[in-house]
Amino acid sequence: MTAGQRGRVDAPVLLAITVAVTLFTVLPMLVSVTAGVTHNFSRGLASGLTTRWIEEVWALYGSTAWRSVLLALACVVVALLVGVPCAWALARSRTRAARLFEELLTLPVAVPGLASALALILAYGQLRGFRQSFAFILVGHVVFTLPFMVRTVSAAFARDDLQSLDEAARSLGASFLQRFLGVLVPAVAPSIVAGSLMVFTLSVGEFNLTWMLHTPLTRTLPVGLADSYASMRIEIGSAYTLVFFIVILPILWGMQALARWIENTHGSSPGPGR
Amino acid sequence: MLLAACAAPAAVVFAAFWLLPMVQLVLLPAGTGAATYIVVLTEPRYLQSLVQTTLLSALVTLVSLAVAAAVGLYLGRRSFAGRRLLLAVLTLPLSFPGVIVGFFVILVGGRQGPFADLTEALAGERITFAYGVTGLFLAYVYFSLPRAIASFTAVVERMEHELEEAARSLGARRWHIVRDVWWPALQPTALAVGAILFATAMGAFGTAFTLASRYEVLPITIYNEFTNYANFALAASLSIALGLMTWAVLFIARRFGGAAIGAGA
Repeated sequence: MTAGQRGRVDAPVLLAITVAVTLFTVLPMLVSVTAGVTHNFSRGLASGLTTRWIEEVWALYGSTAWRSVLLALACVVVALLVGVPCAWALARSRTRAARLFEELLTLPVAVPGLASALALILAYGQLRGFRQSFAFILVGHVVFTLPFMVRTVSAAFARDDLQSLDEAARSLGASFLQRFLGVLVPAVAPSIVAGSLMVFTLSVGEFNLTWMLHTPLTRTLPVGLADSYASMRIEIGSAYTLVFFIVILPILWGMQALARWIENTHGSSPGPGR
Repeated sequence: MLLAACAAPAAVVFAAFWLLPMVQLVLLPAGTGAATYIVVLTEPRYLQSLVQTTLLSALVTLVSLAVAAAVGLYLGRRSFAGRRLLLAVLTLPLSFPGVIVGFFVILVGGRQGPFADLTEALAGERITFAYGVTGLFLAYVYFSLPRAIASFTAVVERMEHELEEAARSLGARRWHIVRDVWWPALQPTALAVGAILFATAMGAFGTAFTLASRYEVLPITIYNEFTNYANFALAASLSIALGLMTWAVLFIARRFGGAAIGAGA
C-alpha cells in the first residue's frame, strides 16, 4: 500500500457491487439459519423459535455427520500416505513420463465427478462387499482429492534449497527414509498441512461422486442433505443445513488456524509463495 | 528407481480406481455401435441439453468474472477494519456442497420464500424464480463468485498502483483506465479462473439436482439415463462428451497461462 490515497475514496460503482455481492452471499445463509429454528417458515419468525427441527434432524440424520468427518479424515490419511511420496518423486523427476503422469493425475478434477462415479460403478459395482461399504466412496474421494495434495506438496518439494539440504544429509550418510521423514517432510510441513486442509474440505462437502456411489447404509452429510431437501419439509432441510454449518465450519476454521500457526512458527519459507 | 517406488502407490491407486474404470467407461458405448459415441450431437434431446448447459455455464462464467473483478478491485486496494472478515464471509461458500446452494435458492425464491412474500405485498402476486433457469443461474453464480473473488482480490493486492495514478493525473477517462490498466492486469487471472468456473458449472450436479429445474442440464440428463432408464452406454457416452469438453477448456486455458486447478461444486 505505497500508492497515494487519491482516487481511493470514490469508487461508488465498485462499492455498490461489493455491497450487493455481500448481501447476495450472506442473506441466503441468514434465511437458512433462521428457517432452521423457526416453527413455521411460511409464517416467519412470528411463529416462534424452536429447536424441534434440529432435534428431529439429529435423530434422523445425526449419524451422517460423524461419518462424513471420519470419511474425510480417512481421505486425508490416504492422500498423505500415497500423495506425499508421489509429490517428491514428481518434484525430483524431469522425465516426460513424470509430466505425463502429473497430467493424468489431475484428470479426475477436470472430468465431472458424475463420469468418474459411473466408471467406478461399472468397474466394481458387482463386488457387493466393496460396493456397499464406505471404502467405495473413499476411493472415489481419494482419486478426486489426490491431485490437490500432490500439486501443493510437489511445488514445495521443488525448492532449490531443499535439494541442497537433501544432498547434505545424504553426504552425512543418512538413508533415504531418514532423509525423507527427518529432513524433507518437515521442511514442507506447511504445504502438507495446506494440502490436507484442501483434501478435507473437498471430501467433506463432496456430492457429485458421492450421490452415485452411496448406498442407503453409506450416506454422507451432503447425501443426507440432498435427501432431506427432496423429501422433508423445508424447516427440516434448513435445520439440517444448520447442523452442517455447526459441525463442519468449526472443524474447518480450527484446521485453518492450525495451518496458519504452523506456517508462522515454521519461519519464513524462502520458496515460492502460494 | 527410488523415484518410481515413491510414485508407485499413487500410480496403483490412480490406475485401479480411475484410469482402468474410465477405460471401461470409454469402451462401453462401442457395444451398442460406434454411433452411440456421437449421440450427444445426433439426438436433438441430448444436443439441446448440451447447448443449454453450455449457454448457462458461459453466461454464469462471464457474469461471475465481471462482478468478482469489481469486488476484487474494491477489496484488493483498501484496508479497513473487518476487511479480512468480509473476505472470509465472501469466500465461505467455497466449502458448501452444491446441494446447499440449490437449497438456498429454493428457500429464498421458492413458493414459501421471502421473495414470494415480498412480491405478494408489492404486486399482489407470489412470484417464484427458484424452479426455472433464473434459479439455476443465480445458484451457479452463487458458487462461482467466491472462487473468482478470492483470485481477483489476491491479484489486485499485488497490482501496481502507480500506473493508474499516473493515468489519472494525466486526465485519463475512467473507461480508458478500465481498458488500459485494469484489463491487462486482470486478464491472465480472468482466463485461468474463467476456465475453472466454466468447467465447474458444466459439471455441476448437486445444485441442479436439488433445484430439479425445468431447464435440463447435461449432468441431470446423464443421471436420468443412468438411474431412471438404466441406459448405461448412453450415460457413458454423454459423460465422455461432458468430460472431454471440461477437460479441453481447462487444458486450453492452462496452455495460455494460469496453472491453477479447480474443484467441483
